[in-house]
Amino acid sequence: MLGSFGIAVTTISLLLSLSLLYLSYYDLKLSSNRVSKKIYKFSFLQILLTFLSFITLIMAYVISDFSLINVYENSHTTKPLFYKISGTWGNHEGSLLLWINILVLFSFLFLILDENKNKNFRLYTLIFQNILISTFLIFLLTNSNPFSLLYPVPTEGMGLNPILQDPALAIHPPLLYVGFVGSSIYFSIALAALITKVDSKSLATTIKPWVSVSWSFQTLGILVGSIWAYYELGWGGFWFWDPVENSSLMPWFLMTALLHSVLVLERRIGLYSWVIILSILTFTMSVVGTFLVRSGILNSVHTFANDPSRGLFILSFLALMVFSSIYIFFKYAPNENKNYKIFSKESFILLNNWFMIFFLAVVLIGTLYPVFLDTLTGQKISVGPPYYNFILAPFLLPLLFLMTSGPKHKWISPEIIGIFNIALFIAVSLFIIIFISIKESSILLLLILLFSTYLITQTIFDFFEKFKNKNINLSRIISHFGFGMLIFSISLNQIFSVEESFNARVGDERKFKNYTIKFSNLETFTKKNFKSAKGYFEIINNKNSTSQNLTPEIRVYNKPETITYEASINTRLFSDSYLTMSNISSTDVFNIKFQKKPFMNFIWFSVLLISLGGILQFTRFRKKI
Amino acid sequence: MRKKYLVLLYSIAIFIFIVLYLSLGKNKVYTTQENIGKKLAEVELNYFDKDGEFSTKELAKFKFTLLNFWASWCGPCRKEHKHLVELSKNSNLKIIGVNFKDEKKNALKFLSDMGDPFFILTKDPEGKKSINFGIYGIPETILIDNELKILKKYVGPINNKDVREINRIVNK
Repeated sequence: MLGSFGIAVTTISLLLSLSLLYLSYYDLKLSSNRVSKKIYKFSFLQILLTFLSFITLIMAYVISDFSLINVYENSHTTKPLFYKISGTWGNHEGSLLLWINILVLFSFLFLILDENKNKNFRLYTLIFQNILISTFLIFLLTNSNPFSLLYPVPTEGMGLNPILQDPALAIHPPLLYVGFVGSSIYFSIALAALITKVDSKSLATTIKPWVSVSWSFQTLGILVGSIWAYYELGWGGFWFWDPVENSSLMPWFLMTALLHSVLVLERRIGLYSWVIILSILTFTMSVVGTFLVRSGILNSVHTFANDPSRGLFILSFLALMVFSSIYIFFKYAPNENKNYKIFSKESFILLNNWFMIFFLAVVLIGTLYPVFLDTLTGQKISVGPPYYNFILAPFLLPLLFLMTSGPKHKWISPEIIGIFNIALFIAVSLFIIIFISIKESSILLLLILLFSTYLITQTIFDFFEKFKNKNINLSRIISHFGFGMLIFSISLNQIFSVEESFNARVGDERKFKNYTIKFSNLETFTKKNFKSAKGYFEIINNKNSTSQNLTPEIRVYNKPETITYEASINTRLFSDSYLTMSNISSTDVFNIKFQKKPFMNFIWFSVLLISLGGILQFTRFRKKI
Repeated sequence: MRKKYLVLLYSIAIFIFIVLYLSLGKNKVYTTQENIGKKLAEVELNYFDKDGEFSTKELAKFKFTLLNFWASWCGPCRKEHKHLVELSKNSNLKIIGVNFKDEKKNALKFLSDMGDPFFILTKDPEGKKSINFGIYGIPETILIDNELKILKKYVGPINNKDVREINRIVNK
């Protein structure tokens, strides 16, 4: 019942998107200065029906309607309600429907919020956005239909992979999608701006709020994904340079570059084409990411089932998108003269862009190189953290420095500002204290610590300056401070992390460094949807004679049958204790991994601050408009 | 000028799309089973407790050789060890151990506790040389004949069934 209804509603929303394409095209020829009322009505209906189709799918999950293949394959009656709902987007088909919902949402918001813009510019944006919507709806209905029916109807479903049953993972996809699917709107805006020859200032003011909102959500999405990996995967890390993590990071670099370039474009005309290129690239990279994740050409923790036909569709769409964007760009892009003063603020912002493009190139090569090598030569390699750390880390130094001194320069003026100031003095003093207390020998890490301390102190100074000078941009201060904190915390985390791995039986004791770990007991019990073996450990810190108890678990879920290793994590303000255990089959020996992870809370909090800066920026723009 | 860039960009894009297209549907699971039937790679391994190197070329003088990659820290290695000890009694077969990324002290204790089935023991402390044999985890075991041809490759601990299979092959 819900299945047929869902198919009907989705088909109508496809018809509405096609009608909107026609209506917008037709409206271009009319002489009126206003966008036709019909377009508003159709858009409203479009968003209503698209939401309805998504809600229908959620309902099917809530009532466990196993006549839908999608619900049967990804849900189970014993699952808690929260995970039944989040299971809706925990699979390819459901998440594709969420994708489409966000495309439609942004299309609708653009239509009603940017009312004062040039009519043809708005219509072209709608046309491009609806081309995207229609294509994805066709993809959904023909290849990846979440409403496909199953007969005879099974009485029970196959269940959701237990590692996806986590609050962080329930909100991770929606956040990330608002981020990178949201970038579709400035892709459409950029192409429309080229065709209708919109001036730089209009382009800048139109895309700015969309860039900042998608950037903030992208940041939050990455953060939540990271938190999930840290708590759920049990590897004790928060970033693995996994190809799919990279897929979310690549659009983020471009969004960051765009966010900064738009600031320049608002004041000068010189960056028009560059902003257009970045806008097109950001969404293109988002679709590339989607292709990499869903086509199954990569091996990763995000295993959507491998289906080449799915990959082929996304690849064809991507090719079409890339070729037509390049064509439109070359046909319509204006000639520009670039004239920059070397020490002006815009030069520094442009330097930021170079860094972002460099980071993007490094990550893109690291992600795609194994795929290319395998396809062209049959050789299988994997590119891991050493590659990224080795290449990216040294470039953090100039980036941190530019983030500190760049914002102090004036727009357009070539005035050179002294870099020796009180903030630097305090930063160096703080750094010396840190240096004496940590005895770290890696010069690069030490320099990164110094430069991030400088960025942190300088932004704190800027924050207090803000009370005197209202023109200072608070969102910039918060985001830059967050970034400084992030790099600072990651460096300290690197330096102070302790790790010990060993085999033990119940009753065994292990001593290393300042710690003693006692494996005191093991209990097994059965819950509704899993069986569990729980270890009881006491961790004694011999230095300050404190102790804490940790209880990692090995769970065997029954639907679907999966073993998961639940890390036991004791979070304190400055440091986490992290313990995982795994069984060695048919023995009573367990493999124990203990990790001390300092500054984890600071890492999470600083990413939150970075994102908060973007959200503040967004509210500022909306007020202006 | 613009046209030149356009052609260049299109050519790059076409190349990328062709490669991505070809990569679709390829088997992504890393497996080394295709090495079976091929000749064993020629690798110089260090002896475990004396100076000098041992070349896999020298294995041609034995009728059959079993190369076993193990470490004291590896749980499944502990599990399969008794089978290796059992196999070492077969005179048609020589077992060569490659101690993988291990500490000497722990490895020696392991052997004194569980028995030493190895005719020759070598080491690969950095785990790099083992890659040449197509090893991507331990324990792994490779059976070769006197022409250095790979007859069998076992990923993970060997069990009773594998022991029977190995004995059958080498006793022929």
